[in-house]
Amino acid sequence: MIAAARTILRKDLLIEWRTKESVPAMVLFSITVYVLFHFGLDRDSLDGELASGVLWVTLLLAAVIGVSRLFAAEREQGGIDGLLLSPVDRTALFVAKAVALFLFLTAVELVAVPAFGLLLLGPGLGGAFPELLAVLALGNLGVAAVGALVSALAAETRAHELIVPILLLPLLVPVLIACAQATEPLFRQEAGPEDLGRWLGLLTLYDVVFVLLSVAVFDFLLED
Amino acid sequence: MYSKGLAPLAAATAVTITTAFTLVFFYAPNDADQGFIQKIFYVHVPMAIVALGGFVAGGVFAIKHLRSGDSSWDLRSYVAIHLSIILGVGVLATGAIWAKASWGHWWVWDEPVLVSFLVVFLLYCVYYPLRFSIEDPGRQARYSSVFAIAAGAFVPLNFVAVRMAESFTHPRVLSQTGGDLPGDMRLTFLVSLLGMVLLFVTLWKLELTAKHASMQLKKLRNRARVAA
Repeated sequence: MIAAARTILRKDLLIEWRTKESVPAMVLFSITVYVLFHFGLDRDSLDGELASGVLWVTLLLAAVIGVSRLFAAEREQGGIDGLLLSPVDRTALFVAKAVALFLFLTAVELVAVPAFGLLLLGPGLGGAFPELLAVLALGNLGVAAVGALVSALAAETRAHELIVPILLLPLLVPVLIACAQATEPLFRQEAGPEDLGRWLGLLTLYDVVFVLLSVAVFDFLLED
Repeated sequence: MYSKGLAPLAAATAVTITTAFTLVFFYAPNDADQGFIQKIFYVHVPMAIVALGGFVAGGVFAIKHLRSGDSSWDLRSYVAIHLSIILGVGVLATGAIWAKASWGHWWVWDEPVLVSFLVVFLLYCVYYPLRFSIEDPGRQARYSSVFAIAAGAFVPLNFVAVRMAESFTHPRVLSQTGGDLPGDMRLTFLVSLLGMVLLFVTLWKLELTAKHASMQLKKLRNRARVAA
């Protein structure tokens, strides 16, 4: 199973490396949304609640693009039939897709988070490390698990580009709550009380529930 | 096959709901704090509890469908979620009216139960576009079931998250939402809740019967056309 997952993952990463489709689009989208927030809020620099809210809403909206493209190659080129005919465990497919999405999100954040620090954040990013890394990693894990499930659910529908955002975003509300609340004290002008532990706990609970749930139900998607 | 016991159930529903309304208007006292408007509580809260229960039941039926592959469980799950969404509209409407009357605003973001309900409601609304954009019946049933299970697991998680977010700025205790009612109010509430549960089950069975009948009719028509 691990070998199969690794092969599918390698294929997805290779396709992304050669076509450069999802990640650059997600980065470009994030920076455009920062510009929109700059004008929409009419603020030159943000801190505290507003900063963490803008950052996380932007990242989750960018994730929608990645999720709706996750099965694009399979759907458009008919590769899904080949994948389904091959004697590969569906769990391997889920793991490969979730890891690919996790890596895409990480790659996007490598550019989008520093860009946020540069363009909009008042207090500077330096004080937010290393706590921010933990929040990003746990947040990405949750988005990756739910995103792989949602993109598989939407893959066989007629209007998948419609279904993905309206299905993914409500499911990510707890991730947004936990990530934005955990990041908010890191972005304050003067250090305030932090409550990192409870939000990381909530994120961990969310990640565990949705990873287990997705593994359990993924077998029933993408059948025949 | 679904209509068994429908008539006595409908009669019991009518009696219980009439009793509940009689109790609400003639037995339960006016709330000392909020006055007459508090009586909307006897509609709003049972409706919310039954709607959430319907969502969870939809998830349980979906598990049974995936386990057995029997499409009748998928139909049960679909009708339960469908009715819960209809009740959900009622919950949000009565919640807004109650909020306007007792807090002066149509919507309050610091009421975690109401906010979580809105998120859950928005998620379940996606059930229709998802279900009806899949044509193959077997696949439609399977994908809808996967959605129902994932959304069912999401409901409690979302309640925890929203409550944590709100209690960060507005500490509140559980009992404030109705944990300790005086005796006459509690009795009225329980009868109203029972009435709402019975109403839900009756409508659920009725809808299942109707769907089943129309499917049978379709099958017979197809057979007649083939024969002719």
